[in-house]
Amino acid sequence: MNNLIAYSFKEWLTDQLYFLGGLVYLTRDCLREGFKKPHNTKLLVEQIYQVGYRSFPLVLVTSGAIGMVMALQFGYGLEKFGGKPYVPRLVASTILREIGPMFTSLMFAARVGAGIASEIGSMVVTQQIDAIRALGSSPIKKIVIPRVLACLIVLPLLAAMANVIGNLGGLVVGSLELNIDAQFYYRRIIETSNIKDYMSGFGKTFFFALFIAIPSCYFGLNVKNGTQEVGVATRKAVVTSSLLILIGDFFLAKIFWVLEKWL
Amino acid sequence: MAVIEVKNFKKCFGDKVVHEDVSFYVKKGECLGLVGGSGTGKSVLLRSLIGLEKPDGGTIHINDREVSNLKESDWIDLRKTVAYAFQGGALFDSMTVYQNLAYPLNEHSHLSQSEISTRITSQLNDFGLAGTESLYPSEISGGMQKRVGLARAMMLEPEVILYDEPTAGLDPYNTKRIQELILKLKAKGVTAILVTHDMPTAFAVCDKFAFLKDKVIKEQGTTEQLKNQPNSLIHQFVEGNIL
Ligand SMILES: Nc1ncnc2c1ncn2[C@@H]1O[C@H](COP(=O)(O)OP(=O)(O)OP(=O)(O)O)[C@@H](O)[C@H]1O
Ligand SMILES: [Mg+2]
Repeated sequence: MNNLIAYSFKEWLTDQLYFLGGLVYLTRDCLREGFKKPHNTKLLVEQIYQVGYRSFPLVLVTSGAIGMVMALQFGYGLEKFGGKPYVPRLVASTILREIGPMFTSLMFAARVGAGIASEIGSMVVTQQIDAIRALGSSPIKKIVIPRVLACLIVLPLLAAMANVIGNLGGLVVGSLELNIDAQFYYRRIIETSNIKDYMSGFGKTFFFALFIAIPSCYFGLNVKNGTQEVGVATRKAVVTSSLLILIGDFFLAKIFWVLEKWL
Repeated sequence: MAVIEVKNFKKCFGDKVVHEDVSFYVKKGECLGLVGGSGTGKSVLLRSLIGLEKPDGGTIHINDREVSNLKESDWIDLRKTVAYAFQGGALFDSMTVYQNLAYPLNEHSHLSQSEISTRITSQLNDFGLAGTESLYPSEISGGMQKRVGLARAMMLEPEVILYDEPTAGLDPYNTKRIQELILKLKAKGVTAILVTHDMPTAFAVCDKFAFLKDKVIKEQGTTEQLKNQPNSLIHQFVEGNIL
């Protein structure tokens, strides 16, 4: 029994090391080939459309709902203490610093990470990745880099929109449910939130984009034996990027606090 | 001069040894017919020749350049001159037939879009695929996919072509057509390896044969020699007497 645990732990550890090594190699290849000409803007634009435009409704609904719920909970919770006027500030800074970028990224990981891993995985299974190589081009350049760049461009934009829509949701609930004057609510958001709040949340999304895109590409490219593994790769991509986002968020938040104190 | 020279080639997948010790060479303009039972590693051998699989031993020389340890970035250049026609076509399923054929030209040639279009039209005619330009791979038959794959591999006019069962699953008319196309390229001096079970085509096209069995090349010989030796392994294999 102990042996079995030790064995599976060893196997697990080897897997993780392979994964980490694979990520490092993939990142290195991306950096190496990303700067080489020619740059394929058409592929990038296509990916931005696939990844971004299509994720927009999801982000819209998620962030709006979260803003509304937060305003409601804070409002009723603080009512007893006469804290209602603080609702705009609380909702705004929580959304800007954490919830907006975080939820957007998690939704993005579920939607786009899964899409990337399964698409690339299927391309491996149907030998399309081999075909790209056999025709003298690089899958990193043709497949991986456009997706990574698209995520890097799109996720921050989506997060920025989520911030606005989340606060808008808060404002709607604030004025309709909590009877906070909409103009007052709006002014409070503007007065109390500052660029630091905004940047500390927004800045994280660039890291989150990488946490999503690179592991998803990695798992897709490493599919070996048939369609069943495509499903496994997809699941791994979503789980891994979500975990990286959640864990990374803590450390990034810490780093951003330190930076803020400095600046 | 040998364009392709394989010496003591070895390939395993985990514990499974596919090739133990395979050696052969193909001279410029020659066509080697590679025959062997299903699962003897013909595709793996071709894939190794173009760097899609890494050998576990031995050497591969292409145009006198040792390639078995080449980095992926160096392969990219080499693959412009060595083409591999996949057994299953391996078409890009998000692209139309036209886009599939245009892919290698857009990547490696400096042709204008109108020149590319002319080339593709004539290529499609040669392969009996006229009118399929705007169809997606899922909208054409398996045999058509195979021909598109072959057409795509020939698009850049490579010096070496590795055909992986190019006529399997085709009707006699199209088989003949492919056979003629292969001969036409051969007349232009293209070096080739042809993996096939279609012996009439093989005899029409190949200058020599290698028979893959039990992880090694069991028999080699020129087409002439084979024709005069009805007891050879290849003959027996073709007639279905041995695997
Ligand atoms: N990626 C891989 N991983 C593990 N084993 C593999 C892999 N690719 C091929 N093999 C094994 O190598 C052997 C040779 O396969 P290959 O596809 O080269 O056969 P083949 O001679 O082309 O057969 P066919 O005539 O049916 O196309 C098979 O037994 C196969 O199981
Ligand atoms: Mg095969």
